Amino acid sequence: MSSGLYSMNKKEFDITFDPKRVKPYGDTMNDGKVQLSFALPMKADELAKEAAKLYAMKMGLEEPSVVHMADLGVGYSFFVVYGSCNHAIDITDIKVTKVESSVMSMTEVDEYIKKNIGRKLIVIGASTGTDAHTVGIDAIMNMKGYAGHYGLERYEMIEAHNLGSQVPNEEFIKKAVELNADALLVSQTVTQKNVHVQNMTNLIELLEAEGLRDKFIVACGGPRINHELAKELGYDAGFGAGTYAEDIASYICQEIKA
Amino acid sequence: MSSLKLDRRLIDSARESAGQIAEDTQKLIDIHTTEAVERTITRLLGVDGTNDVGTPLPNVVVENIKRVGGLSIGAAYFLVNAVLNTGLTTQEIAEKVSVGELDLTKLPAKPEQEIKDKAYELAAKMVERIKGNREKRDEYLNTIGEGKKPYLYVIVATGNIYEDVVQAQAAAKQGADVIAVIRTTGQSLLDYVPYGATTEGFGGTYATQENFRIMRKALDETSREVGRYIRLCNYCSGLCMPEIAAMGAMERLDVMLNDALYGILFRDINMQRTLVDQNFSRIINGFAGVIINTGEDNYLTTSDAVEEAHTVLASQFINEQFALKAGIPEEQMGLGHAFEMEPGIENGFLLELAQAQMAREIFPKAPLKYMPPTKYMTGNIFKGHLQDALFNIISIWTNQGIQLLGMMTEALHTPFMSDRALSIENARYIFNNMRNIGDEVEFKEGGIIQTRAAEVLNKAAALLKDIAEEGLFATLEQGKFAGVKRSRTGGKGLDGVTEKDAKYLNPFIDMMLDR
Repeated sequence: MSSGLYSMNKKEFDITFDPKRVKPYGDTMNDGKVQLSFALPMKADELAKEAAKLYAMKMGLEEPSVVHMADLGVGYSFFVVYGSCNHAIDITDIKVTKVESSVMSMTEVDEYIKKNIGRKLIVIGASTGTDAHTVGIDAIMNMKGYAGHYGLERYEMIEAHNLGSQVPNEEFIKKAVELNADALLVSQTVTQKNVHVQNMTNLIELLEAEGLRDKFIVACGGPRINHELAKELGYDAGFGAGTYAEDIASYICQEIKA
Repeated sequence: MSSLKLDRRLIDSARESAGQIAEDTQKLIDIHTTEAVERTITRLLGVDGTNDVGTPLPNVVVENIKRVGGLSIGAAYFLVNAVLNTGLTTQEIAEKVSVGELDLTKLPAKPEQEIKDKAYELAAKMVERIKGNREKRDEYLNTIGEGKKPYLYVIVATGNIYEDVVQAQAAAKQGADVIAVIRTTGQSLLDYVPYGATTEGFGGTYATQENFRIMRKALDETSREVGRYIRLCNYCSGLCMPEIAAMGAMERLDVMLNDALYGILFRDINMQRTLVDQNFSRIINGFAGVIINTGEDNYLTTSDAVEEAHTVLASQFINEQFALKAGIPEEQMGLGHAFEMEPGIENGFLLELAQAQMAREIFPKAPLKYMPPTKYMTGNIFKGHLQDALFNIISIWTNQGIQLLGMMTEALHTPFMSDRALSIENARYIFNNMRNIGDEVEFKEGGIIQTRAAEVLNKAAALLKDIAEEGLFATLEQGKFAGVKRSRTGGKGLDGVTEKDAKYLNPFIDMMLDR
């Protein structure tokens, strides 16, 4: 009764796509197949295996199959589990908050700025607070860019200043005023215990306290950031994983024109 | 086997240039001291603990001296003078200073020779302790043994030292040889070392002497259990570089991140401060038998790994020469590099192989530290696991020393216990399955790999020649490493640098360099 994977029993379910009842897809519509892996704080034995299976059932998996168990030492074990999830989602009822701008290429952005704004836009970016990771802000700002997407420094009509990592919010704001920036980009990579939320909130509070909030477009980015969270924290926009320089440049120039 | 047929004369000339760079810089290092160096001497002379507001006593002592401009004479002079005057221990003296009962700079000065003799006598105690730790490590290695190279190096980073212990012991049982306790974000910019066991940190755990002790004790237990000496690693960088080295030496850490230039480039710490600090920290690490890990891999997170590969090699040469100046033998030089090329590059694997093999041939005795892909890791953990596999293949092929294991969840979160287990499994599978590939396969004469290595070596030698002519400081000012520009008087910590007085005293340099 363990595996459903090689079962020859006929499954009785409706195989037509229903937007009101969408389920994961393995190889048949609505089969609900999912894979997951996790560790349990138990030594690897039959009891742990059964616990993993029952836990998967509690998560809504029918006929879960524990296909792999490994001992992690010091009383922990690791599992890979497959099963058919019995939950469905109504996608006709989902609202998504996302940045409302069309994405242009680097050349198009430069043209757009020349035509509609008529001067170089000044953009400053930093990994702020105690965050020492520059991989995100570098990918967006440095000349070279990331994975073939040139960074803002390469844009003819953007004057980009990458301040690097561990920039205190106070210093970031000071620099923004000094350079008369149009847009501020905040990168946050370390997100343990939500330290990024505190730090990002602090920046907005400081800007508001000094009456500077409306002077700049303030956007943030990072692996755990999305537009919804950014809005909630008082930012104009938020960019998550898979964002490149052109996404941000397109947004900034359209926002400034508007 | 698998030789790249590198031009020996070019290697020699690159090494010569790097030697000259280190020599020129050493002149500046030798005439300066810093607050961090003096705090370190204070610690090594037996001062520890904090005052009632939590300020570490080494900071209290050095502040007391600095206030009247005594930094240039050094903490050893004042502390030992106080010992001679009061008959108290250095710890008792520091406690009295902290409550305002004693001012080190107001005591009558004993004759210089008397101070010097007493300083060496007091220092000998700590030198013996550190030597004892080195012997203890050797004893472990000789009795219970160690894992095969490349050592499997994993990180723990829960923020809580007690949770770190659980993760570290699990990792050791899964096969890890080196456990690094990642520091909490921002610690490198603290101008003091926190005290005691800590349970709160972001993205890592505070480096404190007590945390070092807790983890070393736990790993000693596990070492005996698994029949393999498990090395402990921490981070000797930032504004407290030599202090961390001293604490690590006291608690028998085995591996320390310890780069000559990293703080300057990536933490914006003043270059004079960093260069003076790195020298003393490396003298301590060298004496303590600690393997240092250098940070060239970081260049490639900001610059392109294909275009800037020669800066990695150039920096390895410079780090090697600075390390030699601090008495670190080649066997303790974990020179760094990384597998960071964009995975979409055609034949990228061949270029990575050329780089790793080149480092191997140029630094034959160094336990090279090889860093995993991080920059091009995505949320696609399945692809990530494959990227890590390619990285592991190069490591076993080119006989790297310390393999910093890649995690498929890199860029997502600090590793889960299970991420680490999968990563160790990946490396062990490949290392075992391909153990002697490097002995069996030769590179094609004039092929992609040999050509690439020659090109990188050429550029590195040319860069080093430039730096030797212009000087290291000017080079850093121009942004030749990692595309980061730093000014000689900019950055953090410059106010803690001072020129040594004729009376200046640091007994540990002589004793640890055995001169």
